[in-house]
Amino acid sequence: MPQRSHSTLGELLVKQGVSRRSFLRFCAAATSLLALPPSLVPVFAESLAKARRPSVIWLSFQECTGCTESLTRSHAPNLEDLILNALSLEYHHTLQAASGEAAEAARLQAIAENKGQYLVIVDGSVPGPNSEPGYSTIAGHSNYDILLETVDQAAVVIAVGSCAAFGGLPAAEPNPTGARPIMELVKDKPLVTIPGCPPIPMAISGVVAHYLAFGRLPELDQYLRPLAFYGQSIHDRCYRRPFYDKGLFAEGFDDEGAKRGWCLYRLGCKGPITYNACATMKWNDGTSWPVEAGHPCLGCSEPRFWDAGGFYRAVSVPLTLGPNTLLGAGAVGIAAGAVAGALARRRARIAERTLPPVSIEELEAKQ
Amino acid sequence: MNDAMAFLLWTKGPMLNLALGIFALGVAVRLVEILILGRAKNYAEPRAPEWIGGAKALVSRTLPDPGTFRRAPFDVLIGWLWHIGFILVLLFFVPHVELIRGVLGFAWPALPTPLVDVSTALTILGLIAALVHRLTHPVKRFLSTGEDYLIWAVVFMVVLTGYLSYHRLITPYPLALGMHILSAEIFLILVPLTRLSHLFTAFIARWYTGAHFGRKGVEA
Amino acid sequence: MSTLAIRERTLEQGAPAQGLSLARGLAAWRAELDAPIAAFFSSCVHCGLCAQACPFYVETGDPRYTPIYKLEPLRRLWESEFTLLGRIKSWLRLNQPVTDALLAEWEELLYDSCTMCGRCSMVCPVGNDIAYMIRKMREGMVQSGHAPEGLIAASSRAIRTGSPMGLQWKTLEVQIRHVESSTGLQVPIDREGAEYLVLLSSMEVINFPEYLEAITRIFAHASISWTLSTQCFEATNAGVQIGSKDIARTLVERVVAAAEQLKVSKVISPECGHAYTAIRWEGPNLIGRSYPFKVFHIIEVLDELRASGRLRLEGKETDRLSMHDPCNLARKSGVIEQQRNLIELIAEQFVDFEEHGRYQWCCGAGGGVSSNERAEALRLQAFKRKKAQIEAVAPARMVTMCATCRTQLEEGIETYNLNIPVVGLTELIAEHLVDKEPA
Repeated sequence: MPQRSHSTLGELLVKQGVSRRSFLRFCAAATSLLALPPSLVPVFAESLAKARRPSVIWLSFQECTGCTESLTRSHAPNLEDLILNALSLEYHHTLQAASGEAAEAARLQAIAENKGQYLVIVDGSVPGPNSEPGYSTIAGHSNYDILLETVDQAAVVIAVGSCAAFGGLPAAEPNPTGARPIMELVKDKPLVTIPGCPPIPMAISGVVAHYLAFGRLPELDQYLRPLAFYGQSIHDRCYRRPFYDKGLFAEGFDDEGAKRGWCLYRLGCKGPITYNACATMKWNDGTSWPVEAGHPCLGCSEPRFWDAGGFYRAVSVPLTLGPNTLLGAGAVGIAAGAVAGALARRRARIAERTLPPVSIEELEAKQ
Repeated sequence: MNDAMAFLLWTKGPMLNLALGIFALGVAVRLVEILILGRAKNYAEPRAPEWIGGAKALVSRTLPDPGTFRRAPFDVLIGWLWHIGFILVLLFFVPHVELIRGVLGFAWPALPTPLVDVSTALTILGLIAALVHRLTHPVKRFLSTGEDYLIWAVVFMVVLTGYLSYHRLITPYPLALGMHILSAEIFLILVPLTRLSHLFTAFIARWYTGAHFGRKGVEA
Repeated sequence: MSTLAIRERTLEQGAPAQGLSLARGLAAWRAELDAPIAAFFSSCVHCGLCAQACPFYVETGDPRYTPIYKLEPLRRLWESEFTLLGRIKSWLRLNQPVTDALLAEWEELLYDSCTMCGRCSMVCPVGNDIAYMIRKMREGMVQSGHAPEGLIAASSRAIRTGSPMGLQWKTLEVQIRHVESSTGLQVPIDREGAEYLVLLSSMEVINFPEYLEAITRIFAHASISWTLSTQCFEATNAGVQIGSKDIARTLVERVVAAAEQLKVSKVISPECGHAYTAIRWEGPNLIGRSYPFKVFHIIEVLDELRASGRLRLEGKETDRLSMHDPCNLARKSGVIEQQRNLIELIAEQFVDFEEHGRYQWCCGAGGGVSSNERAEALRLQAFKRKKAQIEAVAPARMVTMCATCRTQLEEGIETYNLNIPVVGLTELIAEHLVDKEPA
């Protein structure tokens, strides 16, 4: 059972042995990542230090726990962890010690005690209200009911991962469970999505820090993604981009182009249609990222990346069309044209055959 | 919120099949119904084989005679500018090359993207100039029908949405890309249904005219 | 019954035999519609460049004179009956009909403001041969009763008297006697087995009798075996101008019959543009077979004599000469170098127009416009293009090789007070013949 605490974040960090210097460094990094002006660093730091340690309820629905894995296995210990550790995590399947009825009781208690002030983080999609509820239940309750019950009194909802943000693999065609993204089910709460499969950990902690410091969500795009992390395409920030512009492509995973680090577009890279911060922030504490490792971007932070064509087919290749469609339509066209043309030709020949010659008398009669 | 992506997938999937189907079918109909009409046998003794004149005209009509260029330089330069720009972008932009490879099963090397970008911008300027010219030149305005402006609008939309998508000036991106693909699909559908058919038939026209003049010993 | 069904029925029954009518006009267009026309109409993007090639547009600035616009009624017929899409539109009644009133409106565009010079056909970027379509379109205009009076009168005279100007052999005979007395040479008449049958144009006989004397002297000089035919001396073809294959065929058949009767191997078309295209290019198709003889324009024959060294000339013209290429001869028949080879022989100062040969400008009188009296004002306006070309090189004299062009040049030059004489190339050559040594 997590203890109730009313201490501020600043106090907590001091208690955990975080120096003021490291805290300011985090604040500087976070403001820059959040695309805030440098002048805001002191304000950000001061507000963050004074923030109440928030209660967080983490709901996991139709998901693979990859998002939690990604977050908790990020290179430790770093300040993102510390910020997250500073949260009062009231309920989280994977991380909480409690189990069974005690776990559910903790969720209800957290709701009751922090009405209007707690954060809800959701990973995983939810079978919608019209779906068979039995596809995913916790303690006998459908995911949908738990979600609505939990967000009802929440201050902010954060949909983490592409399943929560966009439906994810559970929503892939033919979507047997009727999986729906959180934004389609929760309409009346401040909502932010942090898509990715999994998302970049710093994007989660950055959004939380921004909320704690300023009491509101950062600027979002149409998919409710924080622009600070999802404002630019992978393609536009990719270090292999010059090869794309020059038309130099790897055509296999072991060809000369691949060895020279050329663009992976023709191997199916979805970088051009994918908005995420992988190219700049990288993974595993800035070690590398998929494209750098020689694999095309799958486009995992975009809606329906799971249904948008083969991972290893170029992004502009049509989904279903091939030469046969063209040839088939062309053949039908030739047949139709031959019929129409033959009829037209017949008109011409009939006219030629039946046209009376012009006589000079007829012409003169017109004078 | 999946709408934009659903739209993009629709334009890349069923709509593309439909558009290319109508395009292939329609173009085949147009070409067959032209060619099947044939020509009457010509009994006049030729000065030269028809095919030489026909083949020459396929290429030579791309350049104007010096007098026409002097009298209508704007027509010629603007026409060239956007036709060349359009064709360059259509056939040599990386994603287009991959699309062609996907549809036809073969393709050719692409051009550097910055070159394609400049070419797109010039095409847009050329198209705007062409519209202004069409609206102001007495002959063009007199001849123009609704169809001419429709064709202009569709061609312009194709290039404009492509440019906006490439520079990510419309969000969300799938919407921008979907609009571009849809414009291109409308373009494809209109090729057999409008004067856009000149894309193919102009070469038949050039051939016949070149052959007709060529057999009389005149280079047309 | 739907209009479509009525149309289908009349199509099967054929157009009414009695009297010219819209139905016959449309039937004529259907009969003329071929793959080139379908390709041309499919390709036009309304760029309007053909207007820049047309002397009638350039000199009046009236966009109605844009060449492709002159074909609009034919285009409508093509679209509604010869395209799948157009037929669907017709079923939905979205097509634009071709009415008698429409044709009446278009008569002026097709006859008064078009000489079928083919310059538009040379500049169209998509390659449309507009003059080819105008020629075919006139077939329907004749069949629908929308040909101009002047051309009907010329056709009528040509069919009934053998000459579009009503010229009789008697009149020509007087001129022959005159030539014979002034040259001391004999003009051969109806000489079977001669190499060349020489044809004349009435306009030449009446306005430029020098021509007959010139060829008489040149052929004697070059020892050519030639003849005139009492059966047919007229080369011109009003049928080609008005746009009626039936009339044109009758006129061509007369030439062919005369040539076959006299068993000549070559026929010479006179200094006339359309007569040459009528006999050389349209004739075989009008009669549906190849000729047993070859057809030449007099300029081709003269250049051949030059090339084979049978033309011995002396002296040169010292004044500045320029040349007008007849459209029918140059652009539409490929005779371009020949006249320049010849003029180089006798001119000290020859200067070509900047736009000549296949890009030359029409004088404004061809294609029947000169026989169409009501077009006179427009014809002289179109001449201003030629006037500008003449002024640009400022010659002392103009040389040409078509009686219609020459008449128009003289009339236009007089109208605009240019004071430049016009001469025929053949007579100019004849003036420089080296006198034959008495045998």
